[in-house]
Amino acid sequence: MAAAITIDSLTKSFGSVCALDGLTFTVGSGEVHGFLGPNGAGKTTTLRILLGLVRADGGRALLLGGDPRRDAVALHRRLAYVPGDVALWPNLSGGETIDLLGRLRGGLDEARRAALLERFDLDPTRKCRAYSKGNRQKVALVAALAADVELLLLDEPTSGLDPLMEAVFRECIAEERERGRTVLLSSHILAEVEAVCDHVTIIRSGRVVESGALADMRHLAGVTVTAELAGEPPGLADLAGLSDLRVVGRTVRCRADAAHLGALLDRLGTAGITDLVSRPPTLEELFLGYYGDTAAAGEGIRGESG
Amino acid sequence: MLAAWMAVFVFVAAYSAKATVDLYPTLASRIAAADAINGSQALVAVYGRVYDPTSLGSVALIKLGGLGAVFVAMLNVVLVVRHTRADEESGRAELTGGAPCGRLAPLAAAFAAAVLVDLVLALLTAAGLAATGLPPAGSVAFGLAWAGVGIAFAAVAALAAQLATSARAATALAAAALAVVYVLRAVGDAAGSARLSRLTWLSPVGWAQQFRPYAGDRWWVLAVSLGFAALIAAAAAALAVRRDLGAGLLSERPGPARGGHGLRTPLALAWRLHRGALLGWAAGFAAVGMLLGGLAGNVGSLFNNPSVRELITRLGGEKGLVDAFLATELAFAGIVASAYGIQVVTRLRAEETGLRAEPLLATAVGRVRWALSHIVIALAGTTLLMALAGGGAGLVRGLQTGDAGEAGRVFPAALVQLPAAWVMAAIVLAVFGLAPRFVAAGWAALAAFVVLGELGPLMKLDRRVMDLSPFAHVPRLPGAPVSAAPLLALTAVAVLLGAAGLAGLRRRDIGGA
Repeated sequence: MAAAITIDSLTKSFGSVCALDGLTFTVGSGEVHGFLGPNGAGKTTTLRILLGLVRADGGRALLLGGDPRRDAVALHRRLAYVPGDVALWPNLSGGETIDLLGRLRGGLDEARRAALLERFDLDPTRKCRAYSKGNRQKVALVAALAADVELLLLDEPTSGLDPLMEAVFRECIAEERERGRTVLLSSHILAEVEAVCDHVTIIRSGRVVESGALADMRHLAGVTVTAELAGEPPGLADLAGLSDLRVVGRTVRCRADAAHLGALLDRLGTAGITDLVSRPPTLEELFLGYYGDTAAAGEGIRGESG
Repeated sequence: MLAAWMAVFVFVAAYSAKATVDLYPTLASRIAAADAINGSQALVAVYGRVYDPTSLGSVALIKLGGLGAVFVAMLNVVLVVRHTRADEESGRAELTGGAPCGRLAPLAAAFAAAVLVDLVLALLTAAGLAATGLPPAGSVAFGLAWAGVGIAFAAVAALAAQLATSARAATALAAAALAVVYVLRAVGDAAGSARLSRLTWLSPVGWAQQFRPYAGDRWWVLAVSLGFAALIAAAAAALAVRRDLGAGLLSERPGPARGGHGLRTPLALAWRLHRGALLGWAAGFAAVGMLLGGLAGNVGSLFNNPSVRELITRLGGEKGLVDAFLATELAFAGIVASAYGIQVVTRLRAEETGLRAEPLLATAVGRVRWALSHIVIALAGTTLLMALAGGGAGLVRGLQTGDAGEAGRVFPAALVQLPAAWVMAAIVLAVFGLAPRFVAAGWAALAAFVVLGELGPLMKLDRRVMDLSPFAHVPRLPGAPVSAAPLLALTAVAVLLGAAGLAGLRRRDIGGA
């Protein structure tokens, strides 16, 4: 299947600020693709280029097989967009806005619209100026999810939603995946990306740092091992393939490559293991690891409890 | 921006004064001019009464005392609404509301700023006028009269901001109040009977004129203006303390759960966005049209004094007094209609910076189609407005004179103003497409053209400079011979500017910047 989105060496500067610096990645058809990066990394700019709102200075972008700028109107019938900052028309009601956006795209699925309104617990009779930020987002989400399109472009879609609604959102995305729709989801909420996405692209300063299937990335990063030992912890410094080693009393914590896991366990076993937890790294660990500098990369075991 | 506006006011005042000094060097000519104006109900209604025919200042500033006060009032309204309701809408008020300042702080600050602006304006205007040779006491009185109106309307705007739920509605409310106030003054001044003429005293603009700068300088009238302002401001403060941030006192009605059948195109959305304001404008234009028609009849009851006739000509008319009156007033209406057109097209930029254009352009709506949806409203709206003005005036004239042909002469006189109004809208579109950050240039252009038109003849400016203004090319109907050429040329200019704007829009980046 042809890729839904192909981005090749995109560059874009706004005045003296360089937003995109040779960005390259691909979103395959039917993928739920997470798009991660710190503030100012270029995520929104990339989405804007894909929507034809902004022209790239260099490089190429291909959206559903067409040029995002030239073929904008035709392509937009096949996609739905939820902006990061949802601004609506104050005098229209939520229901009117949803219907308007749906009709301008080319059609809404009535049953789905009604079901989504209920699931997201959104009152469509209120005027948009009376909605809170979260409700405005729901309006945009319902309008996008109820549309009959191939591709969803979502820019931080749950940033204003409460946890209950976030859960609803994740269910909806899972349903979209089952329908075979492609989703490009830009988010800061790592847990959400982890739960929903099967592919991830991490960008920083306008460049791709890592891109690929989440499963592969986890595999490459190895596992995090926490072991409680019966006796004194043995020396582990000489073992290859270990990183972030921390020994506190009789608790040993470290990260190990899949290949060297066996050797580690053998060594630990000599001291007697009373408890062992081994898990793949959380996206947070992966993510923060790529943002280097912060000691959090090593301390990234915040997700330890998870 | 503010400085620019103030400079314009001061300049226009000073220039009018200077120019009039040259026009009416002798006492006799001044008295004749004053008598001409006072004798015509129509002119008195629109401009006000000359209270001291011997005073140069009184005659020179007759137009500015009343009409100028309207602009000063609008400046204050915009200033106050921007710093109260508009700040709430954008969320800036929430940011400062979290900071340690009192509930009334934003309101007080906005009002104080407006008062300061008014006082500075008064001072500068007084200085400018005195510099042209007019008596200083009168000049100060004139400045203060303007300041009085300004402050009164700053208070009105503050109150409107408490009542309305959006900045747009607040401005509209204050503007409507201003219109009512002006009409009250007009009726009061023009009325023959003493009872009706007391109506002037209900109007802040009337007070500015009752101040009688240069014609008695009644300082105590300032107290009336300030007292009114204080009262209204207190009411605004009382309301502000009670209400929630972001709410208005006119409550929120729920909307429909489904979009109406027609709400499926960008044009439908544009209509939805503009229809409220357009209805208000339309009502105003229809009313003003009828008023003009009614007043036009009285212009004819003027005299045959040749020097007076010459005066009328110079004050802005040509041959045929009624025609002259109608032509002048319809031209003014055309300028106001172009203000409407400018406001509609400027909305495009507001939609873009307000991030509402983005989700729309992410659907199957192209940029040009989006822009055109608002342009259509601008063109159709201005046409509607002038049709109502012309229709209203023609209807009343026809009824008054019993001659249906009159209506047929007046109606086209109104429509003929449209190409110039379209040029103004096209200017805004061009700037929006090519240099969107400077979209306010449309307003600056309008102001420049108006000043050129009003002061140009007095300044004896070169014809080519005055021809820069689209309004200079409009045939002065009814009465003057019509040639299609200037109208076609104006329309062509509008189309070219518009096309340039759309081309620019297609090429540039869309975003908040």
